[in-house]
Amino acid sequence: MESKKAQKKIGTEKLQRIIEMCIAIENHTVDPFLLNVDDVIKVVQEYFPRWDKPEELNLDSEVISHLASVIKLQSEWVKHRSTSLYTDPFLLEEKITQATKDEMVGVFLGAWLPVVELEQLNLHSFEEALRYWERLLPLKERWPELAVPEVAIGTTSRDELLRQRVLGDRVFSDELESFWRELKDKVKEKGAGGKMRYWDFIGADTYEETVERAFLASFLITYGYATLEIIPLEEEVFIKPFAKPNTQIQTQQSVSIPIAVTYDDWQKWKRGELD
Amino acid sequence: MLFYRRHQKPGVKGWELQKALGADYPKVVEVLDDYLKSLDLMVKTVFEEEKTPAGKPSLEELNRARFYVTLRGELTPKESKMIGWRIDDLAGLAVAISYIISKRGQAPRKDVEEVLGEKLPGWKVGINIDRYIRYGYLQDDENDQLYLNWRTRAEVDEKALINLLLNAETQKSETSDVSEEESKDVARPEDE
Repeated sequence: MESKKAQKKIGTEKLQRIIEMCIAIENHTVDPFLLNVDDVIKVVQEYFPRWDKPEELNLDSEVISHLASVIKLQSEWVKHRSTSLYTDPFLLEEKITQATKDEMVGVFLGAWLPVVELEQLNLHSFEEALRYWERLLPLKERWPELAVPEVAIGTTSRDELLRQRVLGDRVFSDELESFWRELKDKVKEKGAGGKMRYWDFIGADTYEETVERAFLASFLITYGYATLEIIPLEEEVFIKPFAKPNTQIQTQQSVSIPIAVTYDDWQKWKRGELD
Repeated sequence: MLFYRRHQKPGVKGWELQKALGADYPKVVEVLDDYLKSLDLMVKTVFEEEKTPAGKPSLEELNRARFYVTLRGELTPKESKMIGWRIDDLAGLAVAISYIISKRGQAPRKDVEEVLGEKLPGWKVGINIDRYIRYGYLQDDENDQLYLNWRTRAEVDEKALINLLLNAETQKSETSDVSEEESKDVARPEDE
């Protein structure tokens, strides 16, 4: 009995070491080929019959999952090495250091075809601009001074702020999580291919609610709960929930996608004219 | 459409061409490319995520690609001076791009600065890297990693650059007619 326990302990430690190694490889701190996949599989096979507790089986599946990532990295490495772009980085660095400025310029000019672009004003755009200027109202008319009534300074309460919708009645993260669940449910119900039209998701009975939903949807996307798929030619925007929040999205370079949620668009959506 | 700059970038996306010219736009682009030959220019297609299709690209792939007009023939060192590049800056750009390619498309800014700092004065290194980023040759992220950006993908044949660099020994004599002094006196007007 004691020996079985000791064996399990050794097995658990081995699997944990394998996981640590795999994580180091996934973080690009260790060469993926330092891990012998066959040996790892042998270890996993050897200890698998001894696992009976959920946490032990969980550890076993974790090893397999990390091993799959390492194999993927190994295959990417082989692919890169087999492309004609692969050159030994040390050799290349050596060449860069040894080359003089003139040599470097000579080399670069052999591979460089600069983009040609125009920066001149043409008559058409000049005419357009003049027409715009003619139609443009003076600032005085566009920005009339607001008659703001003077009010005495007072205090407010949390209830008052809730009533005025300055504060939400739920913690924002809870609200976001429930909005994400709603998106997943709606996609299952009305969507196709794991996604649905953006407007069909944010659209609500009132314009105010639609804007609020668009605001929350923007956070779903920024925080990696969902993503947008844009088909530019058809001008269609879809929203696609992730099964699990993609936390890496916040560490990657991101782009901002402005989507106008105007009153006109909302009315069109209500009438079913927003395609 | 191809020549003008919109949203900070010249060129145009395939789907924008389709909107303006119809689904047959690849043929129009072909005709334009042929026409531009006489001006020593060409239409360059840069596919999304650098994934150049193996065979003939599909309309969908073309729609997602970006089209630019670039020079067709190579520049000589003297001509590069004419379009406003100092030899120092151009050599620095070549080094930065080659170095990042050698590191599989991503390198810490610190490392690139170190390589450039071997031959450029320290105060110039940071300015130059910022300039390459501003022009769209490189991009950086919040972790101070440098990557190649859209302009490098549009203008530089990465494979050719690496091959030429590896064979640089044989090219010494061809480029020796560019004197550093004569090329230092011209710079991009916007930078001065």
